[in-house]
Amino acid sequence: MSEQDQIVDTPAQTFLGRIWQALGPTGLPSDDRGRMRMVVDNLVLHLHPTKVPTRTLSWTYTWGLGGLTSLLAVILVLTGIFLQMNYTPSPSQAYLDILSLRTNTWFGDLLRNLHHWSANLLVVTAFLHLLRVFFTGGHRAPRATNWIVGVLMLLLVLAANFTGYLLPWDQLAYWAITVGTSIINYVPIVGGFLNRLLLGGPEVGAPTLLNFYSLHISFIPVTMVMLMSLHFWRVRKDGGLTVPRRAKESEPPKIERVTTIPHLVRRELVFAVAWIAILLAWSMLVPAPLEGIANPDLSPNPAKAPWYFLGLQELLLHFHPLVAAVIIPGLALGALLLLPFYDIQISSVGVYFRSLRGRFLSLLALGTALLITPAWVLLDEYLLDWSAWLASWPSLISNGLVPLAVVVLGLVALDELVKRGLRATQEERILFIFVFLVTALVVLTAIGIFFRGPGMSLYWPWDIPTTHLSL
Amino acid sequence: MQTTSLHTTIQTETGKPVSRRDALKTIWAALGGMVALEFTGLALAYMQPRLAQGEFGSVMSVGAVENFPNNSVTHIPNGRFYLVRLADGGFLAVYQRCTHLGCSVPWDQSQGMFVCPCHNSQFSPDGQVLNPPAPRPLDLFPITITDGMIEVDTGVSITRETAHLAQVVYP
Ligand code: HEM
Ligand code: FES
Repeated sequence: MSEQDQIVDTPAQTFLGRIWQALGPTGLPSDDRGRMRMVVDNLVLHLHPTKVPTRTLSWTYTWGLGGLTSLLAVILVLTGIFLQMNYTPSPSQAYLDILSLRTNTWFGDLLRNLHHWSANLLVVTAFLHLLRVFFTGGHRAPRATNWIVGVLMLLLVLAANFTGYLLPWDQLAYWAITVGTSIINYVPIVGGFLNRLLLGGPEVGAPTLLNFYSLHISFIPVTMVMLMSLHFWRVRKDGGLTVPRRAKESEPPKIERVTTIPHLVRRELVFAVAWIAILLAWSMLVPAPLEGIANPDLSPNPAKAPWYFLGLQELLLHFHPLVAAVIIPGLALGALLLLPFYDIQISSVGVYFRSLRGRFLSLLALGTALLITPAWVLLDEYLLDWSAWLASWPSLISNGLVPLAVVVLGLVALDELVKRGLRATQEERILFIFVFLVTALVVLTAIGIFFRGPGMSLYWPWDIPTTHLSL
Repeated sequence: MQTTSLHTTIQTETGKPVSRRDALKTIWAALGGMVALEFTGLALAYMQPRLAQGEFGSVMSVGAVENFPNNSVTHIPNGRFYLVRLADGGFLAVYQRCTHLGCSVPWDQSQGMFVCPCHNSQFSPDGQVLNPPAPRPLDLFPITITDGMIEVDTGVSITRETAHLAQVVYP
C-alpha cells in the first residue's frame, strides 16, 4: 500500500512545482512496484507490459528490427512535416523547391537526406523484421492477425516510398514512376483504368503529382499510424513476444521476467540514440540523388523502376507481363498472407529456423537459390527463346505459362528431394521453399539494380556506361 | 404470429415474418452500403483525369495537309505524338508512349524507325512492333481532316493489337 501512496503525490507547495507535477511523474521510482506503475500510467510507455521475459531482451533474437522500423517511421513523420513546408506539388515549382531546399534553407539538405535515407532503410528493416518473425515462428497462432497486419504495413511502406519517389520531379522520379505505374497496365481488364486513375490522366503529369502528394502526406501516414497502433496492441494481446528458445531445449523454458523499466526501456533508448547518430552521420556524408528536371520527351536509358520494384521489373524481362506482373506477385502475396494458416507447428515457436536441421536446410536453400537464380537469368537471356520455339502458340502460353510451369515443377522437384532425401518435416519444407524464394527475390532485385545497363542488357556493374546519369 | 404494438411483423412472400428490428437492421445496412458506395464514387471522381484546353488531352490542330510531305515523320511535342505521313499520302497520329512500360520513343531518322531507349523495342513508322518486348503496336490518336486542315484528338488513345490499313486517314 505504501508504494502506491508514493505515486499519488501530495500537491506541490509552489505554483511552478504544481505545473511541473501536472506534466507527469516527478523523479524516477525507486522500486519495482513504482517502475511497473510508471509504465501503466504513461501514455507512451503503456504500449509495453510492466514486465518482460528476460530472454526476449536478447539483441540476437529480435535484432531490434521492429523498434528500428518504428523509429524510422517517427523520423519520417518529423522530417516530412518540415519538407512539406518548403514544397509545392506542381510540375513548374516542385523541382525548384527541392533545389532551393538544398541551397537556401537552413539544414534543408540534411533534412531531405535524412528523409530519403530513412525511407529507404525503412523498406529494408520492415522486410528484415518480417524475415525475423518468420524464422522464429512468430507468425503462428495466436499471432496470425498480427502477421497479416504486418504484411499490410509492408505494402503501405512500399506505397509510401513509391508516392514519395515522384515528388522531387527530376528525371529519376519521372521515369521511375512512369515505368513503375505502367506495370499496372498489364493487369487484365481493369489495369488501364486503374493506371489512369492513379495518374489522373494518360501519363505522369500535374494531376499525378497532386494525387501522389495527397496520398503521400495524408492517406498513407494516417493509415500507417492506425495500423501501427493495432500492431503494438496485438503484440500485447497475443501475450507479448514469442520467447526465444535453443534448438535443443525440448520443453519451453520457465519464463523469468524483469521490469520493463529500466531493462527494456534503457535498451530501446540506447538503440534509438545509436541509430539516430548513424542516420545523421550518413545523411551528412551521402546526399540523396537528384537529377535534372523531369523531361517527358526524353527517356533516360535505361529507365528503371525504384530499386525495391526491380525484382518485379526483372521478372518482366523473362515472362509474359500477365505472368510477371500479376500471376507471380499475386501468388506470392497470397502465400505470404495465408502463411499462418498452413505453417502451424506451434512446438518450435521461438527456435530460430525451427530446428538444427532447419538451419542446415535454410543454408542449403540459400546456396541453391544463389546458384540457380543467376543461372536461370543468364540462360533465359542468351539461350532460352520460348516465343521462337513455340512460335505457333500465343505469347501468354509460350513465354508465360510454359516457363512458369517449368519454374513451378522445378520447385516441386526440389521439395520432393528435401522431403525424401533429407526427411524434412512439413514445417522444414515450408522453411526451405520460403528461403529459396526470398533469396531468389533478393538476387533478382540485385541483378536489376547492379547488372542491368542501357537497353536493359546485362553488364558488369563497373562496365555500365554512366552517360544516362548526367544532368 | 402474434403481434404487439412494439413488435410489428411484416409477412414476406415466403411467409416468414420479419420483425421490425430485422427490417430496421436491413435498412441500416442498405444505408451504410449506399454511403460506402457514394464515398467510393466520390473518390474515383476526384481522381479522374483533369485536362486543360489546347494542351495534351484536348483536340489539337496541327496544320495543313500540304505541310507534311509523303514519307515523313513529324514530332508534335506538346501533343506527345508523331504525325506520320505514309508513302501513299495517308496520315497516322502515333502516340510517342512506348506500349511496353511507357517510355517516350524517339524517331530515328537514319534507321527509319522508332527505337525505345528503355528496353530497345523497335517500331516501324506506322507503329508496328519490329522488335519486342513491346507487346503491341504504338497507340494512335484519331485524326479528322476538314478543308485540308488536320486535327488530332489527344484525349482518347486508340490501342490496337495489330496495325492495318483501316487505321490510316486519307485527306
Ligand atoms: C512499419 C512496419 C512495422 C513496424 C513499425 C513494426 C513494429 C513491431 C515491433 C516494435 C514489434 C516488437 C518486436 C520486435 O521488435 O521484433 C513487432 C512484432 C511483430 N511484428 Fe511487426 N512491425 C512492422 C511490420 C511488420 C511486418 C511486415 C510483419 C510481418 C508480415 C510484422 C509482424 C510482426 C509479428 C507477427 C510480431 C510479433 C513477433 C513475436 O511475437 O515474436 N510486422 N513489430
Ligand atoms: S518502355 Fe519501351 S521498350 Fe520498355
